[in-house]
Amino acid sequence: MAKKRVVSATINGEVVEFLCEPRQTLLEVLRDTLDMTGTKEGCSNGNCGACTVLLDGRPVVSCLVLAMEADGSEIRTIEGVARGSHLDEVQQAFLEGAALQCGICTPGFIMQTEALLQANPNPTEEEIRFYLAGNLCRCTGYDKIVRAVQAAAQKRLATT
Amino acid sequence: MHDFDYERPVSLVEALSLMARHNGHARPLAGGTDLIDQMRLGRHQPGALIDVKRIAELNVLAADADGLHVGAAVPCCRIVEQPLVNQQYTALVDSCRIIGGIQIQSRASVGGNLCNSGPAADSTPSLIALQGVCVIAGPAGTRRVPVERFCTGPGQNVLQPGELLVEICFPPRPPHSGSHYRRLIPRNEMDIAVVGVGAAVELDESGRTIRAARIGLGAVAPTPLWAEEAGALLAGQPADDVQFARAAEAARKIVSPITDMRGTREYRIHVTGVLVQRVLRAAVARARGEAFTYLPGH
Amino acid sequence: MATADKRPYKVIGTRPVRHDGADKVTGRAKYGGDMRLTGMLYGAMVRSPHAHARIVSIDTSQAEALPGVRAVVTSADMPAQGDRVVELGEGAANMRHLTANILARDKVLYRGHAVAAVAADNVHIAEQAARLVRVEYEVLQPVMNVLDAMRDDAPILNDDVRTESLGAAPQSPDQSRPTNIAKHFLFEKGDVAKGFAEADLVIEHEFDTAMVHQGYIEPHNATALWNTDGRITIWMSTQGSFTARQQTAELLRVPVSSVKVVPMEIGGGFGGKISVYLPPVAALLSRKTGRPVKLQMSRADVFEATGPTPGSHMRLKLGVTRDGRITAGEAWIAFDAGAYPGSPVGMACMCVFACYDVPHGRVEGFDVCVNKPRTNAYRAPGSTHVAFAIETIVDEICEKLGLDPLEFRLKNASREGTRRVDGPVFPRIGMVETVQAIRDSQHYQSPLAGPCRGRGVASGFWFNVGMKSSVTATVNLDGTVSLIEGSTDIGGTRTSIAMQLAETLGIAAEDVNPTVVDTDSIGYTDVTGGSRVTFATGIAAVEAARDIQRQMVQRAALLWDVDPAAVKYDDGRLLGPAGKQFTFKELAAEIHQTGGPIIGSGTSSSATQGGAFGTHCVDVEVDPETGKVQILRYTIAQDAGTAIHPSYVEGQMQGGVVQGIGWALNEEYWYDDRGTMRNATYLDYRLPTCYDVPMIETMIVEVPDPQHPYGVRGVGEVPICPPPAAIANAIYHAVGVRMRRLPMSPPNLLSEILQRFQD
Ligand SMILES: Cc1cc2nc3c(=O)[nH]c(=O)nc-3n(C[C@H](O)[C@H](O)[C@H](O)COP(=O)(O)OP(=O)(O)OC[C@H]3O[C@@H](n4cnc5c(N)ncnc54)[C@H](O)[C@@H]3O)c2cc1C
Ligand code: FES
Ligand code: FES
Repeated sequence: MAKKRVVSATINGEVVEFLCEPRQTLLEVLRDTLDMTGTKEGCSNGNCGACTVLLDGRPVVSCLVLAMEADGSEIRTIEGVARGSHLDEVQQAFLEGAALQCGICTPGFIMQTEALLQANPNPTEEEIRFYLAGNLCRCTGYDKIVRAVQAAAQKRLATT
Repeated sequence: MHDFDYERPVSLVEALSLMARHNGHARPLAGGTDLIDQMRLGRHQPGALIDVKRIAELNVLAADADGLHVGAAVPCCRIVEQPLVNQQYTALVDSCRIIGGIQIQSRASVGGNLCNSGPAADSTPSLIALQGVCVIAGPAGTRRVPVERFCTGPGQNVLQPGELLVEICFPPRPPHSGSHYRRLIPRNEMDIAVVGVGAAVELDESGRTIRAARIGLGAVAPTPLWAEEAGALLAGQPADDVQFARAAEAARKIVSPITDMRGTREYRIHVTGVLVQRVLRAAVARARGEAFTYLPGH
Repeated sequence: MATADKRPYKVIGTRPVRHDGADKVTGRAKYGGDMRLTGMLYGAMVRSPHAHARIVSIDTSQAEALPGVRAVVTSADMPAQGDRVVELGEGAANMRHLTANILARDKVLYRGHAVAAVAADNVHIAEQAARLVRVEYEVLQPVMNVLDAMRDDAPILNDDVRTESLGAAPQSPDQSRPTNIAKHFLFEKGDVAKGFAEADLVIEHEFDTAMVHQGYIEPHNATALWNTDGRITIWMSTQGSFTARQQTAELLRVPVSSVKVVPMEIGGGFGGKISVYLPPVAALLSRKTGRPVKLQMSRADVFEATGPTPGSHMRLKLGVTRDGRITAGEAWIAFDAGAYPGSPVGMACMCVFACYDVPHGRVEGFDVCVNKPRTNAYRAPGSTHVAFAIETIVDEICEKLGLDPLEFRLKNASREGTRRVDGPVFPRIGMVETVQAIRDSQHYQSPLAGPCRGRGVASGFWFNVGMKSSVTATVNLDGTVSLIEGSTDIGGTRTSIAMQLAETLGIAAEDVNPTVVDTDSIGYTDVTGGSRVTFATGIAAVEAARDIQRQMVQRAALLWDVDPAAVKYDDGRLLGPAGKQFTFKELAAEIHQTGGPIIGSGTSSSATQGGAFGTHCVDVEVDPETGKVQILRYTIAQDAGTAIHPSYVEGQMQGGVVQGIGWALNEEYWYDDRGTMRNATYLDYRLPTCYDVPMIETMIVEVPDPQHPYGVRGVGEVPICPPPAAIANAIYHAVGVRMRRLPMSPPNLLSEILQRFQD
């Protein structure tokens, strides 16, 4: 069997070292090895966006990243979004806007929204929908998700 | 997934020697957006993955006197942000903006799209239209292959064991030229092309006559196609709907699509014609510097 | 708006933040797949590559020999079931079929049918071992289409199936030969021949719809521990922990009381997470290994081997007078049940004419086995299919007679007292009000301009069920209340239940702390499904609150030393003689001094709901050269009875509409001729993304259901019913073709458009 190797990455601001096999995906290591189960698994083939994390600032589907590829990188997951016990604007907007029903898609949508607002602090509805198209939600019909993203953007714009 | 080794070379020389050492049992890994899923399904079971994302030569994205160089490992998200590509190689931007969703584009490379050699690859028709040439390095040195001759069948291409695609280079775009890619998908995003068409046109100074045109087609044959004749018959013709319709007819003649879960054969033939006309219209508008907005999926 | 009563409520109708929200936006909430136990093994299933085959032999020796493999099970490890039929809370089930669906016995009946399972140290070893299980098959001819399966010479799936006749259907003549037609329904009302004779216009068409999947984002999962004392614990995502417990116990033939189901957070269900697939298998693997075992499906498994909703073939006929009054209706409905009997065709028969007062009607339905996964409920099961048929015919009639489609609906709508073709008489319902709401909406009133654009409307009906629920609630010293319930929360029901308790007690929603607990910790509670939770578990919560009220009254009486009859509970206060008064909080602080804890409990069991109606309006634009449809604008009006938490009512409406849009336009099980689903990925199955749909405008209509203390009606299911018909009608008004086949995908629509221009 291929040797396990030590991988070192900065996850949510902290340097984390873990052992993994080449065939383990970043999603698998986050969930099974590091017990960070906030990142969800819906398809394991890049089709649903539930496993979205930020890798060196870019949103990626962690089910299509090998854990070893993450060596030396910086990763942000849903567990690192709240500041201490304070929800950030996106989380708050999802909560207040009832933008989740079952909630399985929510971590992925929140991470993708973080990436969107980083790249485009004041997106139009069209731009929001285009940017979030890689994230599936089967419960909400997206209406309240899009509104929550709009609300989060406005709140951030107002405070900066 | 099956068991395999992972290597991350930082130079082309190192990568080629790793490929040689694994003697045909290694596969290059770029963004992994095709490969990792295919391995999960057991469709490929390489003994080792050679991660090409840290190799400088495969990460070039720049223009020089020869034209534009796009390293094989450059992800779509870098291409869509590159200013020159946005001004002159718009078909490529159109393609890279719609491969997967934003998350996929953070990783997916044009090189991987081409080397995966799927008939429906969204960037390949644009590469063909923009006259891309593949630079391939291997144990026997470097060779160049025009993109339209790269794919040989579904999932198959001209790469020999031990060879790597290094970059795709494009000649400089002439003045008064424009290009566009669009596809028909049932959804508006996150879908695989039922038909994809890329075209590049060059007009004369008046903007009324076509000097040259190249058209690439996707998802309508075992490989992406260069609709050579359809492009050639536009040369010297007025840039109008009558001519676009003639080109569409010619394009329809060379396609040999299948019926599958993405569409029927008849549908694909029909839509090939529709898209060729729409794409030519858009490419011409861009060549003329006219305002042209394109909403992916619509 | 067509609201009946002015609401006197303080909590109901407000929009508090949901109680489980913080956990779900921070990733802390634990879903079934997040389960981790010390010593846990990972499992993998071996599944059939064939749609129809006889199992000749299974050789597990190579798999067992792989290092890291701890156990392999096959159907030989499942107890025999014989001919038992068991009531499982969601209707009676033939245990022989149920067990064969968990692990195939002598035959595989669909591609993806589970044949064996492996437990190993990690998931990669388990998957590798699963590939090493050698199964020899004798491949049989599959039958994929419902009409083909009904033919006399069709390949037969189940040797033990004979046609069961229901309603007024005559006993099927041949009970000696096996058949694929498992059930035959017949409902009749009045005299159909007479009804059609009275009609000035009769329209009749045939319709086809493809099999579709619920598409919940979370795959099925189960983690099981079979302890040495014989007790089995299952951690899983399920819509109903009690039915999961009962199914698991029946399948394993152990006492129900020896199984505990711990419902984890659930990532969507829509009817698809009621049947169990993995728990018995995980339990068997656990018994063999002595360790907890976790099983999780891949996305392809979810498509191929869970319970999608049937494809159908329907024939529908409607007669009307010149002035637009329905005289008669007739429907012939065949559903593909999948591998084993049990499609919701009976429901379809009851729904098909339910929106209208049809004086003479006849409805026939068939439940037919085909080589596809055994179908299951999907949001208003059966009703969307028939709404597509009836509502497009109604639109055609209106067009032919030059009538406004909403006026036609108002004229013929079911109301209180209307008798359905299958018998029951409607109590107070809100069909008329939803039509009026759309008629008066800004959307319907505004013009739609532009080429190839069209507007369509359609209505839909769903029963909504009552069934059983339990709630207990404990008063805390600080005046908050801990609420314990058994209804798994898929879309904010913790909050809608807590709000009803809070309303009844006159306290704030935030002062109620709801928890969903396992099957050992609360009384029996039926599934989260059938649009029932806010209704029935709500009733139980109101009962529990009233129980608390009674006890609080006694405590106050004790403190004041008066007769309890002299104490009144009023809006969160206890009022005694001579102006004596406690707030809920004040008295809560005293409960330990006045006799100890106060625990209220409530159950609901037999309440039936009046039913829910919705009317939708959609604008589309069709690309006539490619057949592609864009949804420009969408408005839904639905009777919610009383909206407890309007945001989550809207959310149900919006979510249902978008599922309906997916069903209408692109979703389908696409099979090749070997019976393999070729699009078992999200990418190729194509549920709508947010870039495919506009905002979904909602109009909550409130016609309170008198059977609920606050007038609640279930809202979860009916929103999926009208979209395919509404969109088909809009397409017609855009480009002049009537679509009678789902999905109305670009190739399907274009071929109709091209044909029209040829004719
Ligand atoms: C959800 C999802 C949506 C998608 N949508 C689209 C879409 O809309 N349109 C589309 O065209 N594709 C789509 N794809 C497919 C895929 O993303 C693209 O084909 C992508 O461009 C592949 O690039 P990659 O860098 O990820 O390649 P990889 O997966 O890393 O590699 C692909 C193949 O190329 C080989 N390879 C890679 N680099 C080299 C090299 N330098 N030399 C030789 N061989 C090499 C690999 O060995 C492998 O066989 C989608 C995939 C997913 C998961
Ligand atoms: S789990 Fe990674 S995209 Fe679905
Ligand atoms: S809230 Fe359930 S999938 Fe989005």
